[in-house]
Amino acid sequence: MKGHVWRPLFVVIGIVVLILLFRAFYVPDDFGVQDRGYTFGFHRLGNEQDWKEYPAKYKDTAYCNECHDDKTAEREKGGHVIIPCENCHGPALNHPEEPEKLAIDRSRSLCIRCHSQLYMPSSGRNDIPGIDPKLHNEGLECVECHNPHNPSLEDM
Amino acid sequence: MKRRDFLKSTAVFVSGAAISVSALEFIDPREVLAAKPDLRWGFLVDTHKCVGCGFCVKACKTENDIPLDANVTRTWVERYIITESGETFSDSPKGALNGFTSKLIDQNESGMKLVPDRDVTQAFFVPKLCNHCSNPPCVQVCPVGATYSTADGVVLVDRTWCIGCGYCIMGCPYGVRFFHPVVHTADKCTFCYHRISKGGNTACAQACPFGARMIGNLKDPNDPVAKTVLTQRVAILREEFGTNPNVYYLGLDKEVR
Repeated sequence: MKGHVWRPLFVVIGIVVLILLFRAFYVPDDFGVQDRGYTFGFHRLGNEQDWKEYPAKYKDTAYCNECHDDKTAEREKGGHVIIPCENCHGPALNHPEEPEKLAIDRSRSLCIRCHSQLYMPSSGRNDIPGIDPKLHNEGLECVECHNPHNPSLEDM
Repeated sequence: MKRRDFLKSTAVFVSGAAISVSALEFIDPREVLAAKPDLRWGFLVDTHKCVGCGFCVKACKTENDIPLDANVTRTWVERYIITESGETFSDSPKGALNGFTSKLIDQNESGMKLVPDRDVTQAFFVPKLCNHCSNPPCVQVCPVGATYSTADGVVLVDRTWCIGCGYCIMGCPYGVRFFHPVVHTADKCTFCYHRISKGGNTACAQACPFGARMIGNLKDPNDPVAKTVLTQRVAILREEFGTNPNVYYLGLDKEVR
């Protein structure tokens, strides 16, 4: 074949070699077709481990009870025992080391998430005692009268 | 070229091509899955139990570092109000980050709608999250292999590999994907992979006081989620898309989209 055929061909071969070299260095070794096949499983395997190592912020109520078991009896008297501690006290993170104290949400807006009265006949919302936040002691925080650990009015 | 030469070179080419094709290994995902039958994550939402408090949304956003005030969320709760005349109204203010505290239903451009209690025939809440489909359309459209399905059935996004093209956000029929405002890649629910793979619960399920959300292993017949899925009347969202979701709903209504 003549030179005018070979010269551009060499250029193309050179570009392909360069791309393959770049790919060999840039694409991690664990990238490829994994368990779910080419369509759904084409990925970098190490990323699954990356996600597993994502730091968790919430512990759970059992973790809180390890030290704060003095609150357990009071909580068990009322209906609020079903609410996890961290919903109001915030995520435990590495408490008690960091942070030493948790920022407690005592706001009215937290209580009315459940206790603002809505008419929801095909939902559990209807079974929860509710108030109209605009009429029920507006401007006051709920915790000034109600004990959030045991909100029953008889024990108040 | 003589006829003899042509036939010879054709035979050589065909046999050579046949060998190289047979060298490629064809992987059937079903075969691989059958070989690993021990774990497949599934999620159960009981819409009867949901009261629309939105603690799940708050816990999810905090746990997974999604800015609270950003208009994106990995999970959200929808309110449905069905009236006597058959009309359906639904809304999800801020994804229910602060719960449902008002009777006014946000109808976007037509403003806030108040349905009088006496007109309401059905009213309920439906929590939504990524369905972690067995045939995820979002994964098929990813041009770079940044989003994928793990062997245990969780759909994840590789943040170092995502180029942010947004195909997956368009491809998801459930609208669960969004562009992360801080990381600047596609983002979605991970079933709290960092928690469940260490034996924990998802942040949303743990925060739910009423047990409306549960995660479990669909391959374990003694698992409470698997038991419910096998024995109760459960439904999935948008079955017609053929995505085979792994999030099951108890008490789903036909009005829920």
